[in-house]
Amino acid sequence: MRDVAVVSFAQTPARRRVQEVNEVEMLMPAVHTALSQVDMTIDDIGFTCSGSTDYLAGVGFSFVSTLDAVGPWPPIQESHVEMDGAWALYEAWVKLQLGEVDTALVYCYAKSSPGDLPMVLTRQLDPITVGPLWPDSISLAALQARALLESGKATEEEMAEVAARSRKAAMDNPNAQLAWDRPASDVLAEEHLVAPLRRSDCPPITDGAAAVVLAAGDAARERSDRPAWIRGIDHRIEPIHLGHRDLTVSESTRTAAEKAGVADGSVDVAELHAPFTHQELILREALGLADDALVNPSGGALAANPMMTAGLIRMGEVANRISAGTADRGVAHATSGPCLQQNLVCVMEGEG
Amino acid sequence: MGKERVAVVGIGQTKHQATRGDVSVAGLVREAASRALADAQMTWTDIDAVVVGKAPDFFEGVMMPELLLADALGASGKPLFRVHTAGSVGGSTAIVASQLIQAGVHQKVLAVAFEKQSESEAMWALSLPIPFTPPLHAGAGGYFAPHIRSYIRRAGAPDHIGMLVALKDRQNGLKNPYAHLHEHDITFDSIKDSMMLWDPVRYAETCPSSDGACAVVLGSESVADAAASDGRQPAWVQGAAMRSEPTLSAERDTVLPLGGALCAADVYKQAGITDPRRDIDCAEIYVPFSWFEPMWLENLGFAEPGEGWKMVEDGVTAMDGDLPVNMSGGVLCTNPIGASGMLRFGEAAMQVRGQAGDHQVDGARRAMGHAYGGGSQFFAMWVVGSEKP
Repeated sequence: MRDVAVVSFAQTPARRRVQEVNEVEMLMPAVHTALSQVDMTIDDIGFTCSGSTDYLAGVGFSFVSTLDAVGPWPPIQESHVEMDGAWALYEAWVKLQLGEVDTALVYCYAKSSPGDLPMVLTRQLDPITVGPLWPDSISLAALQARALLESGKATEEEMAEVAARSRKAAMDNPNAQLAWDRPASDVLAEEHLVAPLRRSDCPPITDGAAAVVLAAGDAARERSDRPAWIRGIDHRIEPIHLGHRDLTVSESTRTAAEKAGVADGSVDVAELHAPFTHQELILREALGLADDALVNPSGGALAANPMMTAGLIRMGEVANRISAGTADRGVAHATSGPCLQQNLVCVMEGEG
Repeated sequence: MGKERVAVVGIGQTKHQATRGDVSVAGLVREAASRALADAQMTWTDIDAVVVGKAPDFFEGVMMPELLLADALGASGKPLFRVHTAGSVGGSTAIVASQLIQAGVHQKVLAVAFEKQSESEAMWALSLPIPFTPPLHAGAGGYFAPHIRSYIRRAGAPDHIGMLVALKDRQNGLKNPYAHLHEHDITFDSIKDSMMLWDPVRYAETCPSSDGACAVVLGSESVADAAASDGRQPAWVQGAAMRSEPTLSAERDTVLPLGGALCAADVYKQAGITDPRRDIDCAEIYVPFSWFEPMWLENLGFAEPGEGWKMVEDGVTAMDGDLPVNMSGGVLCTNPIGASGMLRFGEAAMQVRGQAGDHQVDGARRAMGHAYGGGSQFFAMWVVGSEKP
């Protein structure tokens, strides 16, 4: 495969509610910062790909106005996935493998705040058998957490420790929405929100945007002193019906990790898109991460969970650590759908 | 390093109609995909990855329907990817799927595109929201009518050209058992006498709202070679490209969009085509309103600007003409929006595989599939041929 790297990443500060600007205006700083960090303009980009969803914007073809703002003139090679930006990055990576272009811009965004997010997400479910029951996303996650606890693979204490560690790590992340330093015992003292999940086991609702610049081979070396080379990337999906899968494991993450080559070397840092505490425990197991691996030093999705964006941010966070030289090899993960239905795994490395 | 070769080795589509009340969305995509697999002589387990395309999720009221459709498309445990590039999405989906093979990531990829328009209201779903934009668009027809009027004036085209296109496509559709509209009694006068919807677009010059799906199985060179040695002609992808331009921009020419012209030029370059009129045997062009046939003939380089309508008037684009266009009946006969682009790409492949039945163009060796979307701003095209690129 062709050597392709993340050479620039930018995100907007995660916020509960961005009211003063629209989606396009919210996104633009991320795009322009990602480009300017590597001294590029949209004219230097060979391929553009974005990720978003009309359901949060409440309007069909919402991505069209965003594209206009990016400036597709003269006409550009461009595509859009109605998925998290991590999958937009995957499409861009495939495009770069063709050898026709050397650079790509990937961006994604969503404002979750205008609607009732857990209820909006019920529209992802089977519209005939499950959707009409309106099971919200937190209740579905609680079902998964209950299954995990009852399997004996995890405890509520371990879940609370994930919350405490993630929110503490987020104190070092200027883009985080939710950060605090409290012991796990404080989390355990909280009332259940939807048993067995407590409020601290759940992600915040977040508005935000992110952008990545990818470059291949020498184009990456010209733009970055230490590109974060993508050494493996793969994604897998499972059935949506919760009764069709063992919710205590993530088979799709395990397969994607195997195909991406996670086990081919040591993992210095892992950024996992685990919106709920128990999901980090499931993902660690599926990825085969060592107990002492540095997981979610950004605070992860528990510190900020902008829809359609949290996955790409995981990739950007890992890339930043590699480019900064604080990690040599990292794993980034993104998820989509209820209870970790669809998962993407990317292995990145620095060289020299 | 170069791109791997890729070919269409299987095509399937549903019977299209206004309401497919007999199937769910999952059943609809399953029907098309099953037929494509049967055509490719493959089973679900042979497929490495699935790419799904459709127009806005609002149409069926399911957010990210790829999550729901993983089971129906045999994708459990596999990569499944979802593309959404407005009305061009059916074409974009086939291209993204083909690039997975060209990039060397996969060997056999299933691409599926669909729309169940009966579960939505396209007219209002496609009207841009007030108060930020003019409230008078009233669906795609209202948006495109001024572009068509502009074309007619610039080209000096006579009024009957749109009616000729509609008559041709509806008559072609009679030859296609999967087409939605089968209007056996259609005549030039019945089109002329039909209600004016968005001047100059009449009711009978407008696409229907359809439920339907289309699927193609794409294979790597070795997969396609194996099919060929078995007597099943692959449709080799000789060139494919996508281009986008802004909706609202002073530089734009919506009658002759630069994005469409650049996209076609890219495809022709890849395919080694220097004279598309000579080198391409037939074309499936995205024509949801009749006047888009002459407009796109010019945009795609089959005619000089202002001359496309003459090809229509001279019968060049008829089934027995020099460059048959929309042999299947096109979007004017069948419009499940998300699938419409892939139906164009699939028909082009059927033609060069010699499997188009009563709408087969004799000896078609190279065919174009074309899709556009948004406000004439997203373009996806490919040229497929019976010979390896």
